[in-house]
Amino acid sequence: MQAAVALPVSGLLPTAAAEVEAGRQQVEQAITEFFGEERRVQSGRVTVSVPAISENGYSVPLSVAVDSPMTADDYVRRLLVVSQSNPLPIIANFELGPKAGLAQVSTRIRLADSQRIYAIAEMHDGALWSGFGYSVVTLAACVI
Amino acid sequence: MSAQPTIRLAVPESVAAGEVIEIKVMIQHAMESGYRRGALGERIPRDIIKFFRCSQEGKTIFAAEFHPGVAANPLLTFHMRAERSGTLDFVWTDQAGQRWSKQAELRVT
Repeated sequence: MQAAVALPVSGLLPTAAAEVEAGRQQVEQAITEFFGEERRVQSGRVTVSVPAISENGYSVPLSVAVDSPMTADDYVRRLLVVSQSNPLPIIANFELGPKAGLAQVSTRIRLADSQRIYAIAEMHDGALWSGFGYSVVTLAACVI
Repeated sequence: MSAQPTIRLAVPESVAAGEVIEIKVMIQHAMESGYRRGALGERIPRDIIKFFRCSQEGKTIFAAEFHPGVAANPLLTFHMRAERSGTLDFVWTDQAGQRWSKQAELRVT
């Protein structure tokens, strides 16, 4: 008699939850790499605007706004834009300061897949705040 | 890139002191990601602009670092608080250190 071979019922293919987890890890690693270890990121104060549907992943308009007065003693120092599932997580980062007057930046990015795009703002006091936008990409920038 | 790229700037000519203005800049560049392949399957090498800086009298107003996830012909919209008249310098630097720049005159009244 042959012994029954126990095949794992799960684990062969990634589950949706595993993909979400991989995306979260990619964003967290990028934040650690950019801002350093042991930084607590709070959720809020950052608004990421991307189109709900991006028909062309090679050029997706992105706008990031941070709720900050941008005065000499209360301003955004740095701003990081991170992708959840592009081959390279960091898309761009910006350096701002009181001279910028308004913490609002727009550009055009590439998206390899439908995903969340995160922005993390570092305030003058070192506090990190984050927000994200989600875009469904119909024509992916297949290889970013 | 060998040919001189087109650079477009949108800066208000005259503003009131203390006013926050919007600045738009665009430079013509393929921003080759390094992930694409050519007709023969060969990898097209990465060639991107890495840095952008807007400054007035040597003081940085806004700076950006680009990665391959930024689309071709990078466009940036940002803001500045106009405090005094002067020349605004816009400088782009690619991964090999080549620089392109353009100036705009800001008149604060």
